[in-house]
Amino acid sequence: MIDTAVLQSTLERALRGGGDFAEVFVEDRRSSSARYDDGRVEELVSGRDRGAGLRVVRGDTTGFAHTSDLSPEGLLAASDAAAAAARGGTGGVRTVALTPGAGVPARDDLIAPETVEKVRKVDLLRRADAAAREQGGAITSVTASYADAHRRILVANSDGLLAEDDQVRTRVMVQCVATGDTGMQTGYEAPGRTMGFELFDTVDPEEVGRTAATRALTLLDSVPAPTGRIPVVLRRGAGGVLFHEACGHGLEADHIYKDASVFSGDMGERVASPLVTLVDDGTYGREWGTLAIDDEGHPTQRNVLIEDGVLTEYMWDLLRARKEGHPSSGNGRRETYKHLPMPRMTNTFVLEGDTDPDTIVQGVEYGLYCVQLGGGQVNPATGDFVFGVTEGYLIENGKITRPVRAAQLIGNGPDVLRGIDAVGNDFETWTGMCGKNGQSVPVSSGQPTVLVREMTVGGTAA
Amino acid sequence: MSQETNPTDLLVIARRVASAAGPGEQVEAYVVRSRETDVEVFGGEVESLTTAVVEGVGVRVVADHRQGYAWAGSLDESVIRETLQDARDNARFGEPDEWYALADKHDVDGVGAAALDLWRDELVKVPTDDKVAIALDLERATKAADARIRNVESASYGDSLSEAAVANSHGVEAATRRTSCGASSVAIADDGTGPQTGYGFVAGRALDDLDLESVPRDAVLRATRLLGARPIPGRRLPVILDPLVTRSVLGVLASAFNGESVLKGRSLFAGREGEQIGAPFVTVVDDPTDARATGASPYDSEGVPTRATMLITDGVLKGYLQNVYTGRRSGAGTTGSAVRGYTSTPGVGVRALRLAPGTKSPEEIMASVPEALYVQSVSGLHSGTNPISGDFSVGAEGLLVRGGTFAEPVREVTIASTLQRMLLDLAEVGADLTFLPGAVAGMTVLLGEMTVSGA
Repeated sequence: MIDTAVLQSTLERALRGGGDFAEVFVEDRRSSSARYDDGRVEELVSGRDRGAGLRVVRGDTTGFAHTSDLSPEGLLAASDAAAAAARGGTGGVRTVALTPGAGVPARDDLIAPETVEKVRKVDLLRRADAAAREQGGAITSVTASYADAHRRILVANSDGLLAEDDQVRTRVMVQCVATGDTGMQTGYEAPGRTMGFELFDTVDPEEVGRTAATRALTLLDSVPAPTGRIPVVLRRGAGGVLFHEACGHGLEADHIYKDASVFSGDMGERVASPLVTLVDDGTYGREWGTLAIDDEGHPTQRNVLIEDGVLTEYMWDLLRARKEGHPSSGNGRRETYKHLPMPRMTNTFVLEGDTDPDTIVQGVEYGLYCVQLGGGQVNPATGDFVFGVTEGYLIENGKITRPVRAAQLIGNGPDVLRGIDAVGNDFETWTGMCGKNGQSVPVSSGQPTVLVREMTVGGTAA
Repeated sequence: MSQETNPTDLLVIARRVASAAGPGEQVEAYVVRSRETDVEVFGGEVESLTTAVVEGVGVRVVADHRQGYAWAGSLDESVIRETLQDARDNARFGEPDEWYALADKHDVDGVGAAALDLWRDELVKVPTDDKVAIALDLERATKAADARIRNVESASYGDSLSEAAVANSHGVEAATRRTSCGASSVAIADDGTGPQTGYGFVAGRALDDLDLESVPRDAVLRATRLLGARPIPGRRLPVILDPLVTRSVLGVLASAFNGESVLKGRSLFAGREGEQIGAPFVTVVDDPTDARATGASPYDSEGVPTRATMLITDGVLKGYLQNVYTGRRSGAGTTGSAVRGYTSTPGVGVRALRLAPGTKSPEEIMASVPEALYVQSVSGLHSGTNPISGDFSVGAEGLLVRGGTFAEPVREVTIASTLQRMLLDLAEVGADLTFLPGAVAGMTVLLGEMTVSGA
């Protein structure tokens, strides 16, 4: 993307005033999206974003500047700005020799989205819309959208690292509104993977449309969610976001470093039920959070965070890792070249247990069965978190019975982790966007069917 | 501010793109630039200092009643040319809609743009060292304010100098610019009963607007008064919302006033114009011409002058917000409510939404009920509220209020109702109208009973 000699001189310039570390992050991102709404193709949108972020670290201070000008002059100007921000003093001259890492592995099966005719992208939305509407006359609104992004990145730093990656993501989303006795209800389904248009070899847009429509229609027959502390069963896949919120964020090294995590100082301690083993794995398949390298050029890896209930590892970016003499865990991510990297999750999973999921439900006299969650939020310092249930049912006498609406669940991370009473022998993943400090990155989470002994359900039922 | 005599360089770029429209083609360019500084401090050191210029262009093409869009994060001439070509190509794949059109003189005639001065030269001249000092002082003051403050999770200062221009091939154009700055800190308090966090912030158009002493005071008060908080047993209780929370809830409700949601059957207010949807003293207005509002702007992002739009008057639904497209299709006409970033076509949205303030102070509201839950902050607003169905269930923390004063602190509970119900159950709107960052203002409000779920 950029000549190696230019990168070297940019890094040398950045350290001219005496920094400890300098980094150039170059990104070239092309994206396209299409939206089908109100029964027709509304529009196609294409976007292009290209630029570089320059980081200079001196002591505890990071200076950062970014530019959309990738010429040698543009990069040098950004270097100077970053160095000035890091308070560069009168250091000596440092030479940077870049060693190219392994190239981007070729993928024979990739169908790059920019090579796909636009008409094929809108056609699949048409099919998703038609399939959703066929589910019943009560479906009064369907929005189907398609989005792809092709992101090429290059990272070079003053340690001599030079790494590149080519990341392609594709997603399709359908939202339906059904209108009936309980007013307007919504259903949503949005699978996405780290792959190109070959996504549609395995994801059927019509099935996505049907799933979203069925969800909205089911809610028309729903009762208000119950209120109070009851057992909660999370079906496989649905509850990954619970672990993402309940403990994932609290295990990010920046929160730990700032003593702003409820898990600070818990290394080696039992923090969860012995049934829980939690991993973050950026190498896993072609999941939504999969990456070959993170946005600091470090290869992603499988990190076991909690093993049999014991806290074994945090998630690290390069900055925290350097500070504490720990290797990076490949979790340094940033939304774009305009952002500084920080420790972030990739694909965060609870590993399978050995209980039959049906047995788990049968053991619950009265509780909530969650099939789809709509996202959540956590305060890492206190561990208090919430998440919304977008498809859920009552469990009555060991059987899944009536659908419920408007359930938000609230809990405390450490409490909920200790209260996991069963882990199923099934597994599924979930696709989402994770927000932190104003930056949004693609992640997945996954889990077997699990039973939480007790959580507070905030429904509207009297 | 339309600047006919001295067009900004962004407006020159936008005009050049718009003038490339061929026969039978309408072209619009939206061009933005902002210069930003962000300082984060931790442990008495500058943790990060970011300085940056962000530029971008979005091009919309309407031809044969089809619309296409393309954007780029660059103002490079060759990139802009490619972006126009991409937008033209994309337009071939959209399906025709007779209402697609760019703003023309019928949309802008007869409405004067408000004279708003949103730019402060003095902010442009502030040295970086002063900005760093603000953040460092905040961290120090937050830590020192109370012995129970364990640490300061973050303290920061940020500012931006933003310019935007839009021009289209019908000759409609506008250029706007604004300065903004703000500072915040997050305190973590712990007295052995478990950690609690509190947030304080200020925002304005220049440093003189910032009451910096309020930041550590608010962060520390909000963290320490929650110490010892615990869930309360589930019950129905009147709820008092802090101005920040009122702002968030009103922000969710905003999308129900969106003319596009109404047209597409995704608003709980669709078809209810003229109906009583709120308590009789509830008045809601979006007024971007009010210079006090952070989101104030003389023009919307299609180049149409903004104006005050009454949404609810005395509890009665008066209308919706419209951009050019939704205004034409619904017959209501644009209300100057197009909002967008450069990466998307204009949507419809609020810029300065607020409830009309009442007469009672927060203290008088607290004293007006025997017992209530004062909600200091909510979580899960995105996952727990649905502006289409109206369902509302969020995590809450705050304090019980008894006899007009704060009693036990509360955490890990949910409050639930429906947005429809909450508007009708609004019992008091405070006099303490507070303009906040973003597009919605807040004040203390009292709601009739909500379902509180807890221990």
